[in-house]
Amino acid sequence: MGAPLLEIRGLKTHFATDDGMVQAVDGVDLVLDRGETLGVVGESGCGKTVTALSVLKLIAMPPGRIVDGQILWQGRDLVPLRGRELDLIRAKEIAIVFQEPMTSLNPVYTVGEQIAEVLRRHEGLARRAAHAKTVEMLRLVQIPNAERRVNDYPHQFSGGMRQRVMIAMALSCSPKLLIADEPTTALDVTIQAQILELLQDLKSRLGMAVMLITHAMGVVAETAQRVVVMYAGKIVEEAPVRQLFGRPLHPYTRGLIRSMPRIDRAATHKTRLEAIGGVVPNLLAPPPGCRFAPRCRFAAAVCREEVPPLREIEAGHRVACVLAETIPP
Amino acid sequence: MAGSIRALPSTDIRTATRASGRRFSPGLEAWRRFSRHRLAVASGVILVAMVLAILFGTTLWSVPINDIDFSARLEGPSWQHPFGTDDLGQDLMARMIYGGRISLAVGLAAMFVAVSLGTVVGAIAGMSRGWVGSALMWLADLFLSLPQLPLLLLLIYLFRDHLKAVLGPEGGVFVLIVIVIAGQRWMPVARLVRGQFLSLREKEFVEAARALGASKVRQVVRHILPNALGPVIVAGTIDVAAAIIAESTLSFLGLGFPPDIPTWGRILFDAKDYLDIAPHWALIPGAAIFLTVLSINFIGDGLRDALDPRRVL
Repeated sequence: MGAPLLEIRGLKTHFATDDGMVQAVDGVDLVLDRGETLGVVGESGCGKTVTALSVLKLIAMPPGRIVDGQILWQGRDLVPLRGRELDLIRAKEIAIVFQEPMTSLNPVYTVGEQIAEVLRRHEGLARRAAHAKTVEMLRLVQIPNAERRVNDYPHQFSGGMRQRVMIAMALSCSPKLLIADEPTTALDVTIQAQILELLQDLKSRLGMAVMLITHAMGVVAETAQRVVVMYAGKIVEEAPVRQLFGRPLHPYTRGLIRSMPRIDRAATHKTRLEAIGGVVPNLLAPPPGCRFAPRCRFAAAVCREEVPPLREIEAGHRVACVLAETIPP
Repeated sequence: MAGSIRALPSTDIRTATRASGRRFSPGLEAWRRFSRHRLAVASGVILVAMVLAILFGTTLWSVPINDIDFSARLEGPSWQHPFGTDDLGQDLMARMIYGGRISLAVGLAAMFVAVSLGTVVGAIAGMSRGWVGSALMWLADLFLSLPQLPLLLLLIYLFRDHLKAVLGPEGGVFVLIVIVIAGQRWMPVARLVRGQFLSLREKEFVEAARALGASKVRQVVRHILPNALGPVIVAGTIDVAAAIIAESTLSFLGLGFPPDIPTWGRILFDAKDYLDIAPHWALIPGAAIFLTVLSINFIGDGLRDALDPRRVL
């Protein structure tokens, strides 16, 4: 057993703005094993997407910068890579699917041309072979009439179909890790379910690891094996999915889970859906102690002064809250 | 391009039914779309006819361009002189054919140089995030703010004789004029392309290409440039017209081709003093410039539509 597939150590990605440095990701540690599905959750602006983009070094530099930390891909640090070396990691090793299927395809080429471009470039396939593989990829993501649809332009596809095309493109070079950055957010609910099912199915068939970034707890509960909860650029809790939902320890995680609508409760209890008060702190000048303290019902004096370390409470379950054990469930 | 109309559901049905039928290669498909644009096709026919007339006209109409005949001054169109004659009794048909070669060549060459230069500068400026982009745009602004005529005078006096010595009298002037006109026309294209690049480079499909390991050059050439081309084509067609007219200005000032070499602009300028007695003299080169410019514009329009797959034609 060698190095894990992906290991992020102390990643800090900051953005320079006119008002100062925005600490979008501030010391994130993550491990992802082969064939595992890791869910990364948190509300808007908590640094999930920046973490994902940092892995592929896709953040705009400047203003963005990886200030500190390592991103170890099978033991090899990606942070210092640039140019051609980086291009080879992208697509062939790690691929990403974005949130916006409507605009992620180039409108002036047919979808077939775009997938074939990746294949010809990275796999060195000839025109004909690339075409055949493209049709095969489109079939894999269950696009009906694949042999005909390859020649259609992106505007002739619906949102869900375009996301399938994006997935096909991302998977065309059989990457070992697929980063899915809110792949279902822009789609309607029935299509969301289909796309998630497709991702699950492809993952088990192709044996790749998936890093699923989302703000929907329900999506994580269904698909991930392990979950990382992020808040204001830091990891606040990490646990296998059952433990996280069965015994959430961080007040923020509890808030997230409680703010999910529950079809089995609403009818009998007639309660209002709970929300977490307040907004994400300004990352230009984050609060000195625990970043969640200003919004936390249980916050004590110590929370406002010291940054809580990520502690392992039970096997595989880590939480960054000093009071985790004392807070009543 | 941005702001284009999405395909309506009804058109989706149409494309779907077509899809079940024949398939076209991309080139054929573009031609099919272009041919739907009637004005563009008509313009293409007119332009081709004019080019053919200019190239092969002398074999059918072999009257010399400088045959002076004072007994036939300022004559209107007749069988002997289909376009009439000028104040020296020279045959306008022959002069138009000869001048067309120069005017069209100057117009097309200057447009090509201006658009290429502008696209390259604009693309570099649009992709760079640091000082390079700003510096290039300052350069464009600098060129825009230079007084054009004094600059032209200076350039031409400095370089005309050297170029003439190297390339021969006509070739030298041709190269000089093309460079001078293109040097004045690349800035709007550069700004246009930079603007397009600034918005396109942040588009998700470019990020997706980057995520799939496309190099910078590939991102620009394959993904950004084709999407930025529409406005550039239109700007290019306008440049052809501007270049034909700029050439006539230069010739009029004695800075372009020598006065005994007829170009369309030159003929037009010579005719302006005789508008009341010999209107045909001005109308004929005017109509030729007008037709050329208009047809090139329509062809540009048709090309832009034909090359934009989102537009349903």
